[in-house]
Amino acid sequence: MEDKISIILFSGTVDKLLAMATLASGAAAMQKKVQIFVTFYGLLAFRKDAWKTNRRLSKDFEDFATEAMKAMEEKKVPSWLDTLKAAMEIGDVQVHACGLTMDLLAIKLEDLESVVSDVVGVGTFVENASGGQVLFI
Amino acid sequence: MEGIKITKEVDARGSFCPGPLMEMIRLIRSAQVGDVVAVISADEGTKKDLPAWIKKAKHELIAEEPVEGGGTRFICRKLH
Repeated sequence: MEDKISIILFSGTVDKLLAMATLASGAAAMQKKVQIFVTFYGLLAFRKDAWKTNRRLSKDFEDFATEAMKAMEEKKVPSWLDTLKAAMEIGDVQVHACGLTMDLLAIKLEDLESVVSDVVGVGTFVENASGGQVLFI
Repeated sequence: MEGIKITKEVDARGSFCPGPLMEMIRLIRSAQVGDVVAVISADEGTKKDLPAWIKKAKHELIAEEPVEGGGTRFICRKLH
C-alpha cells in the first residue's frame, strides 16, 4: 500500500463534507498524499460560496439533523471548507473536479471554490488512486 | 518543566479534532530547529493523535502534563 489516500466525494451534505475534510486533515497530518475527487452532489457543494448557505444533512439521519447542526454551531466547529484549507496548508492535498459532472451541469472551473485545482476524468482519478487506499463518501 | 523554555504555546482548548493537531503542526513549522513549543488541548482524540504525529514526524515529545482548569499541555521539541 502506497502512502496515499484517495477520497471520492459524491455527497454534498454538511455531515459528509465535514467527514471528508477531517479525514483529509488527519491523512495530511500523518504525511499521506491525499487526492479528493469531487463528483455529483459533492461537486455542487464546491460551487463558490455554496458552503455559506448549505445546511443539508444526510437524509438517513434526518431525525438527528437539528441536534447535530445545533451542536456544531454551539461548539463553533470550523466549516468543512476551512478544515479542508487547513489540511492543504499542512500537507499534500489535491482536489479534482469530475469532468462528467462539470459537463452535465454546465459548471466551469471558475464557478468552483479555488481549492479545486483542475478538472479530471474518472480514468485519471483511478490511475492516481492506484496502489493506495480509496474511500467513497 | 524545569530547565526547558517553551518558545511558543497555543491554548487550543475549545477546538476539536483535528484542530489541536493542526495547531501543533503550524507551531512546529514556524519554529526553529531545537525550539520547544506547546499546545494545550482538552480534546480526547488529541491525547493519542498528537503523540502519534510527533513520532511520525520525528520530533521529540518532551512531556504531557495536566493543566489547571482541565486539559493537557503537550510539549514538543522540533528536531529537524
